[in-house]
Amino acid sequence: MIVANRKPLDEIEEMIKGYQKIILVGCNECVTVCAVGGEKEVGILASELKLSRKKDGKEIEIKEVVLERQCDHEYIEQLRPFVDEYEAILSMACGAGIQFVAEKYRGKPVLPAVNTSFLGVTEEQGIWVERCQGCGNCVLDRTGGICPIARCSKSLLNGPCGGSTDGKCEIDKEIDCGWQLIIDRLKELGQLDRYEEITPVKDWTTSRDGGPRKRVREDLKL
Amino acid sequence: MTSNSHLERILERGEFAVTSECGPPRGADPEVIRKKGGLLKGYVDAVNVTDNQTSVVRMSSFASCILLKEMGFDPILQMVCRDRNRISLQSDILGAAALGINNILCLTGDHQKFGDHSTAKNVFDMDSIQLIQTVKWMRDDGKFLGGEELKGVPKLFIGAAANPFADPFEIRVPRLAKKVTAGVQFIQTQCIYNMDKFDQWMAMVRDRGLHERVHILAGVTPFKSVGMARYMKNMVPGMDVPDEYIERLKGVDKENQAGEGIKICVESIQRLRTIEGVHGVHIMAIEWEEKVPEIVKQVGLHPRPSA
Ligand code: SF4
Ligand code: SF4
Repeated sequence: MIVANRKPLDEIEEMIKGYQKIILVGCNECVTVCAVGGEKEVGILASELKLSRKKDGKEIEIKEVVLERQCDHEYIEQLRPFVDEYEAILSMACGAGIQFVAEKYRGKPVLPAVNTSFLGVTEEQGIWVERCQGCGNCVLDRTGGICPIARCSKSLLNGPCGGSTDGKCEIDKEIDCGWQLIIDRLKELGQLDRYEEITPVKDWTTSRDGGPRKRVREDLKL
Repeated sequence: MTSNSHLERILERGEFAVTSECGPPRGADPEVIRKKGGLLKGYVDAVNVTDNQTSVVRMSSFASCILLKEMGFDPILQMVCRDRNRISLQSDILGAAALGINNILCLTGDHQKFGDHSTAKNVFDMDSIQLIQTVKWMRDDGKFLGGEELKGVPKLFIGAAANPFADPFEIRVPRLAKKVTAGVQFIQTQCIYNMDKFDQWMAMVRDRGLHERVHILAGVTPFKSVGMARYMKNMVPGMDVPDEYIERLKGVDKENQAGEGIKICVESIQRLRTIEGVHGVHIMAIEWEEKVPEIVKQVGLHPRPSA
């Protein structure tokens, strides 16, 4: 899933300080699972914003909406009937969702209430961790199912570096060294001999370095 | 000979090599380099110049190498993968060779988190093993990574680092083997204090015949004080300092600890010289360069061969 973090309240307040009527729109997908922009969080943020305005002797009208997804036209259309009654849209979806809403309602300022961070998993209740950076050319078959791009702090393809200590990364004792994990897993799989294969320089054109990416499925197009 | 490197010549002749290190200044004053160079002149065969070590911005390794070259040194250009992509790395390789730099040390580089610009974006377009491959490819195949022909190949003697004490244990020697396969010609090791462990590592290196395919220069760093020894033991990742040295330094007066540190370093080099497959020593005495001549003289490695 896409993992995000709520922005601090004062940053959000600063963004919306000129508005009295806004739509606060959550999303039922990833941001709900990572507990940052679902129905519950939309409710909490709306109350926080209203309470804080009240303290300053001011008011704000907030329409709370949660869409099934903010990355599909049909769901974003659901804002259309009432969008003109409001001055701005504050979105709690990932960066992709926020932008898609902005593209549709060009006349309205669309503002981010979350910081979109990474592609990850729920490691434990309340803990999400990064697993993939969408490089567009997956190498997991060669690295014991552990991603050297996302899980090594330097994205080394022939790791580890000299900083790996007791299984931890040189940048932080709390972060596992991705290459220690790869080596452990290769050992478990009886494939440690693969470690000595040199991975040549990567073709990054499938990653963000190739420019904005697009995928077309002719057979699915209408 | 694959280059005009003085270091390569000495190693190929089978002589025991001595290299040291020079850290560039945090400013534009060339005198800092010249002064450090002056201390080492005549006592070493080649000098490494660090590349923004620990991600702290300093004068470039490239420029500092040129200053040392002007003084008659055979500098070793350290190059890390943190700050430059393949376009910039290849371009600097060509520039260095054109200006008469004969040696390159290919390193991954410390993460910028440790430095004075921790908010920087890092590059890591390639890693140290791929950088070794790149230099070799340019030199021996006369081509850019992109496949086009080079007009004038960079004649560089290719080096890299190795840490005999690093984690994970299983890959200590396989990782060296990977570098050898990639084309590395000389290796400078992490500082060695735990001699028994280093002996074991060298035995594993010899078992795979790697000592015949790459020149290993054993890294040493003299202790200035018991405080420094403790710091190295506890704070520096991948450093293995046996307690006996801490005890030994503790046993002498404060003003004599530096001398004792030099003595330990000299003894270490003497032992390292007897290990089969160790072809030289790399003395890292950062901000203590003035002690290098004393160490080299005491181990009987002075004078150095002139050509
Ligand atoms: S190799 Fe690329 S696609 Fe595969 S997990 Fe890593 S970043 Fe994602
Ligand atoms: S310590 Fe491990 S995870 Fe961290 S940068 Fe080095 S190889 Fe990558």
